[in-house]
Amino acid sequence: MRITELFQRDEFVLTAEVGPPKGVEIDHLIKDAHEYLKTRVHALNVTDNQSSVMRTGSLATCKVLKDEGLLPIFQITCRDRNRIALQSDVLSAALLGIENLLLLTGDYTTLGDNPQAKPVFDLDSVSLIHAVKRLEEGFDLAGNAVDGAPPKFAKGAVVSPCSDSVDVQLAKMEAKVKAGCEYFQTQGVYEPEKFIKFMEQAKQFGVPVQLGLIIPKNVGMCRYMNANVAGVHVPDDMIEELKADKEKTKAGDTGVEICARLIKECKDYCQGVHIMSLGWENRIPEILDMAGIAPVSK
Amino acid sequence: MLITQLKSKETIESLAEGKIVIINCHGCKEVYFAEHEADELQKELAASKEVTQIITTDYICNPDNLKLQLKKHMDKINAADTILVFSCGVGIQTVAAQFEDKHVYSCCDTYPLPGFQGVTPLNVDCGQCGECYLNGTGGICPITACSKSLVNGQCGGAKNGKCEVDKDMECGWERIYRKLEKLNKLDAMKYDAPKVRNFGISEIQTAE
Ligand code: SF4
Ligand code: SF4
Repeated sequence: MRITELFQRDEFVLTAEVGPPKGVEIDHLIKDAHEYLKTRVHALNVTDNQSSVMRTGSLATCKVLKDEGLLPIFQITCRDRNRIALQSDVLSAALLGIENLLLLTGDYTTLGDNPQAKPVFDLDSVSLIHAVKRLEEGFDLAGNAVDGAPPKFAKGAVVSPCSDSVDVQLAKMEAKVKAGCEYFQTQGVYEPEKFIKFMEQAKQFGVPVQLGLIIPKNVGMCRYMNANVAGVHVPDDMIEELKADKEKTKAGDTGVEICARLIKECKDYCQGVHIMSLGWENRIPEILDMAGIAPVSK
Repeated sequence: MLITQLKSKETIESLAEGKIVIINCHGCKEVYFAEHEADELQKELAASKEVTQIITTDYICNPDNLKLQLKKHMDKINAADTILVFSCGVGIQTVAAQFEDKHVYSCCDTYPLPGFQGVTPLNVDCGQCGECYLNGTGGICPITACSKSLVNGQCGGAKNGKCEVDKDMECGWERIYRKLEKLNKLDAMKYDAPKVRNFGISEIQTAE
């Protein structure tokens, strides 16, 4: 199933992110997905060598999840593959019955654990969306015909509503919509006012947006994100909140409460939620319960 | 060495708006310049458009030299709406940086040619991409000013206007956006067909 069908039915679309392991032992990921995510989210994003750290591939992990009865979203970045490999992988996804894509430019190579790698960036997020759309129309990027019935995907992308230059981000968002993007997931949001203001402007594009959340685990993580992660800003009062009850924060309960509150404050302004739990998949059911979001009906 | 090839007559005509000053750089021996073709084209332009001055000079890639060379033409330049530059990518960017408020357009595509590379003692650079993007980017080169050489806008990695690859480097797309904003030319980012680079044209197509 394509998740665009859910948006069309006016469902509040819930997704969570999972990262393939560095290695091939995937039992843990599958177990967590069944235990905590299967009944709580509609689909699972599988990251593509996230933060430029080399891991098992997104496409293979998507296939494993699909065989387990879960709905995967294949994340594809332009960092490691040129247009031949990208288009080929998109066709491979269709062959494996994977119909949901999240198309990204990707982090720079030097940010990861193989900083010596050659950065590719032959295409970027916008031209990759365009390339997928061309494949859906039966042609590759060079205009050569593709044999047989063309594939059909739900084409998604990302945007940063709390970026310090949100106007520049909105311009890029518009370019993505024009290229054929059908849904957006956002970078982690901690400032509901900024998100709501952003949504007022993003509304004009008529494309559904899922609120992105990163569970704040502790003060150190928030400070790190403030200094280093683009588009993310944890305000001071939230950092104070995490500081206030050290035991509670350590147990993860403060982060869970913050996420639930953010969902409540933003949910009337967006079409879904995307949770990046960074290993805390087990806390997702609690967050959703606390935010008053019922399990998904399958 | 580099080679500059003229953009098509239609492209150049579409850029020529209002009062026009043309700057040719017959600069350095490292760049081959299509002198004769440029001459012909500029004559045609002058017949149909309001060309107030044609300046032919050298080493416009050097900002100090550029300033000196243009001194005596400043009244025409101040009054101009558009500056059309016939030079390599570095020259165009230097002119664009010098006249922040003017529409400075590139009339050439710059390609590499085996051999020496011109000495450019500057903070602007040209990657000789062969399909010059400067006309849609406020005269700031996306190939060399953006770490990923992106051509469709900013990635998600910029923080406080700095590039994700190097915190000491301004994000090239932040610069491009702010420049277009200043020029009231943000529409340049609203195009229907996404830009896709052509790495197959990195060598000059030698004319007959
Ligand atoms: S866009 Fe940049 S690299 Fe390409 S020709 Fe123009 S100045 Fe040179
Ligand atoms: S942060 Fe800016 S300069 Fe750096 S790669 Fe992204 S768009 Fe390019």
